[in-house]
Amino acid sequence: MATSRVAIVGIHEYPSRHTHGTVTPLHIKAHSAARALEDAGLTWKDVDALYDDGDGILWPGLHMPEYFGLDELKVVDTTTVGGSSFEFQVAHAARALGTGAASVALLSYGAVAKSGASDIGTGARYSELGPPNPISNMEDCWGTTLVADYAQVARRYMHQHGTTSEQLAEIAVTARHHAVRNPDAVKAIEDLGLRHGPNEITVDQVLSSTMIADPLHHLECCMISDGGGAVILAREDVARGCRTDPVWVLGTGEATGHRTNGGDITVTAATRSGPAAFGQAGVTPADIDVAMVYDSFTITVMSALEDLGFCAKGEGGGLVENGGLNFDTPGLALNTDGGGLSSNHPGQRGIFLLIEATRQLRGQSTAQVPDARLAIAHGTGGTLNRRYASGTVVLGRD
Amino acid sequence: MADTPDVTDTTAAPEEPRRVLPRFPEPDTEPFWEATKEHELRFQVCDACEGVVFYPRAHCTHCTSTELSWRTSAGTGTIYSFSVVRRSLHPSFLDLVPYVVSWVDVDEGFRLMTHIVDVDPDDPHSGLEIGARVIVSWIDRGTVNLPGFRIDR
Repeated sequence: MATSRVAIVGIHEYPSRHTHGTVTPLHIKAHSAARALEDAGLTWKDVDALYDDGDGILWPGLHMPEYFGLDELKVVDTTTVGGSSFEFQVAHAARALGTGAASVALLSYGAVAKSGASDIGTGARYSELGPPNPISNMEDCWGTTLVADYAQVARRYMHQHGTTSEQLAEIAVTARHHAVRNPDAVKAIEDLGLRHGPNEITVDQVLSSTMIADPLHHLECCMISDGGGAVILAREDVARGCRTDPVWVLGTGEATGHRTNGGDITVTAATRSGPAAFGQAGVTPADIDVAMVYDSFTITVMSALEDLGFCAKGEGGGLVENGGLNFDTPGLALNTDGGGLSSNHPGQRGIFLLIEATRQLRGQSTAQVPDARLAIAHGTGGTLNRRYASGTVVLGRD
Repeated sequence: MADTPDVTDTTAAPEEPRRVLPRFPEPDTEPFWEATKEHELRFQVCDACEGVVFYPRAHCTHCTSTELSWRTSAGTGTIYSFSVVRRSLHPSFLDLVPYVVSWVDVDEGFRLMTHIVDVDPDDPHSGLEIGARVIVSWIDRGTVNLPGFRIDR
């Protein structure tokens, strides 16, 4: 089957991080989809492939076509793998559009974690609301929290690889370095009352913030915000007629992982999604200018950078030290919008990785890497330490 | 989150916070929890390939067998990793903070989520560290009992 190239042609990030209960996830999705279509110079009528992970509504494959008003869909995909859903969906859209099954794909996301006062990180509740299953029956009784899950990975990391808290803290410092340049992130930090305000932070400040679950400190945990966004992808023939410069999907990789008896929780499924994406794109980590890497916690980034091959396992500390991944130092730049640590995190952040990577390749970031040509969006969904998904997308411009 | 459904132990004394406990019917894990009433820590071994299966299931994850047998562990193992939960907003765990959640590698070859009990996580001489030897220490909850672990000194 002949395949066509596929590009991101429209993006929108919903600006507000604290909506005070005035909007719903569906409202955020539709608002963002409309603005992203406008960005591309397309309309609702052009959309014939819909991707939705079910935020705000059950059975999204049935409800969302109607809510949006999409009457002529040829592809509906409700892949739900947490924060990496959107990287998986891009992989699926690239295949569907590339093989001609459809021509324009809409991905959207909306959540009101802040307004809904959902205690994502410390609520210690997972599946206890649904019917019992083997996982809920073996784990819920122990009251582990999302933070404690990632903390167990960090603890094992330190034991196994010699990674230090100072090195992990550098990741939060870099995120804030970028956030202070992003007006939406600055407003988020002010609206949500984050520590130290919209200012740069230091490693010492990170390490002196409250311990939430040893060894992870408050400033190593992402914020809880409202928000959402949308991404429009198009087949090359459509993309060439769009208002924006195409940002090509060059390679994708999808993998899942889970804890196993005797397994190593410091190694993630990025060891499989990364090589798949880089291999398809015909590039290596050394070629990448901007890495948008899911930062639910500092350890999430450290493990992903290493598993994607930006450095050897256990050597991520050297990569992140001394602002090494800042946009204004030579080499790779990390999470240039401020990330989940300092810009927004409504629960499943993967769509923002795609949006900011696209901004960088269009030259529109507030922490712009000069002449950025290649970027990755790498999502981690679910929970490292238990069960999760890793989705990698390599993007490039003409 | 709206109303909390009744998924907790109602047999606990009124002054004790209601704990989150396994719920039944759940055929995969019910034999495991049934055995905890006798303070037995059980796991499964495949009849065909002798692979260890845990958490409990009705199929072997190593081969295609669906014939598994229950064995009883000696209840000893090693801390694989742990974290001290200092902030938990779940009503069933609020009063336990700080508590130590851990993956313990049980000697028979399975990894179990648990609590490390009877330990002061802020005492540098507590022995709480990766690699520490631990032994099962039952947390009795009435309907079922939870296999916590303590440092084996």
